[in-house]
This record gives sequence, C-alpha cells and structure tokens, in this order.
Amino acid sequence: MTEKFEVVGTSQHRVDGRALVTGKPVFVDDLPKRPGQLHIALLTSPHAHARIKSIDTTKAEDVDGVEIILDHRNTPEKRYTTAGQGFPEPSPYDARMFDTKVRWVGDRVAAVAAHSLGAARLAADLIEVEYEVLEPVLSIDAALADGAPVIHDEADALDVWDAEQNIAAHVVANAGDIDLGFAESDVVVDVTTETQYAQHTPIEPHVVSSYLDDNGRLVIVTSTQVPFHVRRIVGRLLDIPIHQIRVIKPRIGGGFGVKQEVLIEDLSALITIRTGLPSQMVYTREEEFISSRTRHPMRIRVKLGAKADGTLHAVLMEALSNTGAYGTHSLTVLSNVGSKTLPLYNKASHLRFVGDAVYTNMPVGGAYRGYGATQGYFTLETAVDQLAEKLGVDPLDWRDQNHIREGESSPMFAALGEGREGVEQTITSSALEECIRRGAERIDWAGKRGDKRPDGAWVHGVGMSIHMQGSGIPLIDMAAATIKMNDDGSFNLLVGATDLGTGSDTVLGQIAAEVLAVPLEKIVVMSSDTDVTPFDVGAYASSTTYVSGMATQRAAEAVKEQILEVAAEMLRTEVSELELEDERVTTSDDRTVSLGDIGLRSFYSENQHQIAATRSCVPEISPPPFLASFCEVAVDTETGRVKVLNYVAAIDCGTAINPKLAEGQMEGAIANGIGYALCEEIVFDEAGRPKTPDFARYKIPGPLDLPRLETILVESYEPTGPMGAKSISEIGINAPIPTIANAIYDATGVWMTESPFTPEKVWRALNQR
Amino acid sequence: MKILLSVNGKQQSADVNAGDTLLDALRANGFTSVKDGCANGDCGSCAVLIDGRAVASCLVFAAQAEDYQITTIEGITGADQAYHPLQRTMLDAGGVQCGYCIPAMILTAADLLEKNPNPSRDEISTYLVGNLCRCTGYVKQIDAIEMAASVLRGEIDD
Repeated sequence: MTEKFEVVGTSQHRVDGRALVTGKPVFVDDLPKRPGQLHIALLTSPHAHARIKSIDTTKAEDVDGVEIILDHRNTPEKRYTTAGQGFPEPSPYDARMFDTKVRWVGDRVAAVAAHSLGAARLAADLIEVEYEVLEPVLSIDAALADGAPVIHDEADALDVWDAEQNIAAHVVANAGDIDLGFAESDVVVDVTTETQYAQHTPIEPHVVSSYLDDNGRLVIVTSTQVPFHVRRIVGRLLDIPIHQIRVIKPRIGGGFGVKQEVLIEDLSALITIRTGLPSQMVYTREEEFISSRTRHPMRIRVKLGAKADGTLHAVLMEALSNTGAYGTHSLTVLSNVGSKTLPLYNKASHLRFVGDAVYTNMPVGGAYRGYGATQGYFTLETAVDQLAEKLGVDPLDWRDQNHIREGESSPMFAALGEGREGVEQTITSSALEECIRRGAERIDWAGKRGDKRPDGAWVHGVGMSIHMQGSGIPLIDMAAATIKMNDDGSFNLLVGATDLGTGSDTVLGQIAAEVLAVPLEKIVVMSSDTDVTPFDVGAYASSTTYVSGMATQRAAEAVKEQILEVAAEMLRTEVSELELEDERVTTSDDRTVSLGDIGLRSFYSENQHQIAATRSCVPEISPPPFLASFCEVAVDTETGRVKVLNYVAAIDCGTAINPKLAEGQMEGAIANGIGYALCEEIVFDEAGRPKTPDFARYKIPGPLDLPRLETILVESYEPTGPMGAKSISEIGINAPIPTIANAIYDATGVWMTESPFTPEKVWRALNQR
Repeated sequence: MKILLSVNGKQQSADVNAGDTLLDALRANGFTSVKDGCANGDCGSCAVLIDGRAVASCLVFAAQAEDYQITTIEGITGADQAYHPLQRTMLDAGGVQCGYCIPAMILTAADLLEKNPNPSRDEISTYLVGNLCRCTGYVKQIDAIEMAASVLRGEIDD
C-alpha cells in the first residue's frame, strides 16, 4: 500500500533551521522594538478567593512613565473564555477581562503600562487593593461538599453546567448496558488514580507585542498556537471588527497547549488601542507558573469486567476533573479522558463514561498535550495490568487479545466526542500489533518481566502500556492552504497552520514538494499571519500533519492540474499524456518543459494567469496513531527513588513525513511524560499559594534525568491521510505514567496510583505493604 | 552608566543600569540570540561563553563582564553565515525543535568540545545539565554533539 516518495519520508532540515541555529531575531521578544513601546506589568491576586472592595491607583499613577492602568472599572464587562477553540467555544463564558471577584492566587487584578518595565512593576506594586477575603475551595472534595462556597456566583456566566454546585462541565456517554456487563463478567478490577497539578513550561514564556499600523489597524505579534482564534476572541472581547486586526505568529519557543489560550493578547491590544502606543507584555517565569494554565488534576476510577477467557466485557470510567478557577477546556478535556481511551479496547460491549469538571480556587486547567487522555490512560492502563494479573495472563498478551484492530470500530467513537457526541469511525490503519511485538523485543520483555535482579537495595522491573490518540477533531477542525507558482518554477505555500517548534512548516512543505515534484527548497513556506495566510484552527488536538497536511496536499494537486494544463498547451498534447517529475513536465515521447518555463510563460507571455489554488480540509474521521510503550526501571527500596533505565516507544503514525522530526515529537512527549510521572508537581500551601514557581522547585527533566529514549517508527499507511500520514504530537506524553507505574509494580509488587511517583510516595507505599 | 563590553571580538559601549545583568545588556544591544527563559539561572537559555566558558548570563551583572571576552552564537557562526559544525549537526541530527534553547546549548557544547574533544554521551549529558529543553528528550542534541565532535576531530567531513 505504501507509495514511493522522493521528499516525503526523508529527514530534511527544518525550513526554519538556519534562523534557529544561528540565533536570528525570530521570536516575539527579539523583534525590533517600536519607538514609544510600553511595557506591561500585571498585579495578581494574593488570595485564592476574594471580592475586590476597592482599588486605589493614585500612587501608581504618579510613578514616572506610567501611561495607563487597567482594572475592572475601565475594561469590558462581558464574559468570555480564554480557551482558544473553534466557534462557538465549548468552554463556558465564565471569565471577565478583570473581575470584581478573584478566584485563585494569580488571578488578574490590574495591569499597568509604562515606558519602562521597571516603572510598570513599581506602579503595580503601589496599587492599593482592599479585598473581602472569602473561604477558599482548595480541592475537588471541598468544591463538591454540601454548603461549599460558590465560586462562580455571578449572574452573567454562560454555559456553566451547575454553578451552584461548582460544576463547570458534565459528560456522560453509554454503550450497551453497564450493569448487565458487570453481572456477566467473571473477573472484575476497580482502580482509582489521582494526578497532580503540572505546568507546560515552554522555555519561552507567553509574550505578545501590539502596535497600530500606518492605517491604524491593530497588529498583534504573539507567541500563540491559535492566531485565528486570537483574532476572533480579542475582536469580540474588545469590540474591534476582525478586519481591523492582524495577528502574526513568528517563531515561538514551545507551546504544549498552554499557548492555546488567549492570556495576554487582550491586555496588550487594549493598551495599544487606548494609548495609540505599541505595547509589549512578557510573562515572568513565576507568572508562567502561577497565572497561566496547567494540566487539569483528576481523580479517575476505572472498573473493568472480563470473561474467564480474558475477553474484556464491561468498562466503567468515572472522572472528576479539577478545572480550577475557570472552565477553560473543562468540557473537552473531560470528554477526551474517555473518548481517546475507551475505544482502544473495543472487545467490551458494555461501556459507560461519566465525568464532572469541578471549579476550585486553584490554578486554571487548560489544554495540555494529551488533553485528558494522559490522565485517563494512567487509570485504564493500570487497571488493565491488574486485570491481567487477576486473570493470570501476561499483560502484553492480554492487550494483544483485546485491543482494537484495523477494520474494527468501537461504539464509543460515536457516543463520545470532544464536548459533544462523537463521530462513527472504523480504524483505517493500525500497526499496533507490530508496535507491541517490536517494542517487547527491544526491551527484552520475555527476558526481563518478573525478574527483579536485586542489586543491594535496588530492584528492577519492566512495564508496558498501549495507547491511541487521534488526528484532529473530526467535523470541527478546518485547515486551508494556498499554493501559488513563481516564474522560476518555485512555489509559495501559505498555511494558517501554526508551527510551535513541531516542524509543521517543514512537514507541510515536504507534502507540497512531493506532489509538485520539486525539492523542498523550492517551496517557500509562510505560516500563521492572519492577513496573508488562509484560515486554520491552529496547532492543537494533533491536527496539523493530518488536517493541514491534507489541505496542503489538495492545494498542491490542484496546482499540479493547472501546471499540466499549461504544459499541454506548450507541448501541444493532452494532459493525460503528461507526467510531472523532477521539476519538469514530460510527454510519453520524451518532449519536455521545465516548471520554470511554465511559470515564466504563465506570468509574461501566453495565456497569462497566476497558477495558484486554495484548498481546505474538514476531516470526517480522526485516525488514531497507536503506541506501544515499554520501560525498565530500578527502584531503590531504601529511599523510594525510581530510575528509568530504558524507554522504548514503538509508534505507528502512518507515513512519517519527516522521520527525525517524528522521532523528536515522540522523544519530547515521552520526556515530558517522565517528568510528569516522577517529579513535576505544583505544590500549594494551606492558603492555595503555589510554593514551586520556578525551575529550581518545579523540576523538569534535564539531560541527566533521562535514559536514552528509543523511538521505533512502525510504518503503516493511513488511506485518508496526506501521503498516508497520521499525527503524532500528543500520544507519547500519555505513556510514561502507566508504563512506569506498571514497571514499579513488576519491581516491587506495589501499585502506585498517585502521580508523581516521588521517592517519598514510593517509600511510603513500600512501607505500607 | 556606560560600560565597555567585548562581544564576539568587538569592543562596544553599552548603556546599562547598575542592576542590569549581562543578559539584559546583551539583549538591549542587539544580541537577542541570548534568551531570557527564567532570569533565575535555572534554564540555561541565556548561556554565553565568557572567556570560553559557558555561563548563565542572567547570573552575571553587566558591569562584571567588562574585561572578559564574551561569545554569543553570532560569534561562532562563520563568515558568510557558514555553519559551525555544531550548527550543522544540530540540524542533521534533528536536534532543533522550537530552537529557543539551541544557541545556548550549542555554545555550551562548544565549550565542552574545546576542553574534551571526544566526550562520552554521559559526559555530554553532564555538561548540558544546566541547559533545559522542553521540546526534545535531549537524544538528538546529544547525537548532534557527538557528530560535531567527530567532525572537529577530523574523523568525518562536515
């Protein structure tokens, strides 16, 4: 089924590589400053839950260089969501630009713009705020308790599920009859896990700069994953017509979901509009930890019922998600806890998913790579290992018996989507069996499983888990691409797709180059400028390679048709007689014209016209990539320390358009997941104040903390994808928590059900046996 | 106040405030390849070479850097923008994702290879301990440094 490719399937250098390795000024904060640019500093709430009784900005206004101060008294009152999603957003409208109530330590109180950052910060410190401190709600249980303070007691919030009960969103989906399913099961396990507060920590924090162009239009240059959503959300919030706003995303220093939020663009935009001056805002690292977004912590229960022969029969999944102070992505992340996990084991005919996303006075959950699947797979894949043990079978063999296969479906695809019902789909490509086989071989599953190899206080174990994610959001996402031909036979590829460092500009360029039979350097890629490039929802939900890739392929095919029509005129033959290869169009009797000749003719001599096409893609399905994840750990039984010695990820992403970039996506996701499994955690004091707002206290993996991660790309061919490709960006991050938990059990006989698996927690678990 | 900084072999006068760090001063004077990721000495994306040694420039006052030779990524990029072997191998190995940490990582690696032309993977990891990257798992960056070491030792062609 695989085709022969020239450019696709090769590890081309990134199209932005030269700029990045030579340190060119390509990030927002590197761009030349405009004269008079204001710097913005934020005043945030020191209280987890309080009403603002009064704000006095007199002293702040007196600071030299202060231009404007924003707070709830002089900013729009309308409710909105910061979640950068399609329209209408599936997140509740429960936030105001500045509110009279603050709902977490880090919530916005005021913003100061001044001619120097020092002056802005000094003035922010001089703002006097009188608070009526309210009882903070600092856990899911506290939020759901009878008589709990109501966090969203405002009258004008929209689409909150049940504000009185502090429930932002509720999801339920059924297939079959769950009670009957368990009644008919021979073996049942029931597992509950809890995950922690974690942050994305892109090394470049959020940064935005705005200015008015020569015609008075607002230009927002921002480190975002969603330029078109930024334009729409800022426009609606500030009542600026969309045609008066241009959003540009230059290179950005990582996103991982946290830049799928419109967190600071509104401030910079409003300040620039009110003052007429350019303005810039950069989150400090502390603000990035405290005032931006996090991964929703969750408590998830999974109950599995199986027949005596091992066949899975019933699956119940119950999720409680802590969405923090606002409901950004609360509904959709919650949905994906079930929708991205439950179809994996499609042998079960009785399934139920039920979940609530709960408001607390804690940091706000948002989009974070994995998007609920990360939390869901921890529970599901731990439960699977427990079920296999109860059945007395190897967990690898059990998975092989029960996972979904090519040509199969799951009722959960239709029952549960992203914030609404899903879309029916049949798996059109899967190499999961091969992933499991090759991963097991590489880690030496047969040789190492169950062999503790004690070495002093250290014991060893191996664990595994399997995963699926998706490629975009079916029937919701939309991506478009424009390709135009130049007079030297090169092309401009214009895409709304947003390269966060993922390499999507390169991958999309390779797809265009393949269709147009040119080397990658003949495709000039321009992305993410709302004035120039066609629409794309942006970089999230593992959509870009699949959805934007298909739009690019279609645009390239349309341009190819136009090229062949011109060539047919030039060669006096029929289009059907022509082949496009190696930058030339050739007839069956070997007469030939170059793309350069075609481009030059179409500009300047005969039948003059611009060879160009724009095509869109709205995916009808979301073909999942599949992953088999394996690791070997050593556990120090004296201290509880867990070391990951080896990690093997065997991944089916269809055709890997650029193998090294694909491997890089896996390695980065696995590394982040290992951090989430072992050490990353925002810790709070009793008043809800984060105690870990820097990299010294919030530990992310460095090179010494990781083994040499091994990625095995297992090829399949996705017939609905561009050149057979599926997307790969998120799936890897879901794997380390359950894989490591299962390996710790193999080593020690202890199930770790609360992440992160810090030495203290592991030590306590070992000593409670 | 005015200080004299020697950056990439050129003396230049920089206007700084007393509390400005070398990071502040370099960025304000056009060396934006030096990144501000945490301003706390934790992430390493502001690393520059000071007399050849990789140092977090956010932990040095600008005024302290007078009389030292400072090298940024612009200083190791060749004439006509020719790549240093580390720049090329970072791209060959797929070690660059968002690229934000890359100038500092290349400089740190250049410092290592100057001292130890044939480092093991463990020695590379140990030397990069102060350079955080969130996009990769460091695998391909370490690959790239090994490849560049081979090039610099003359074992393989650039």
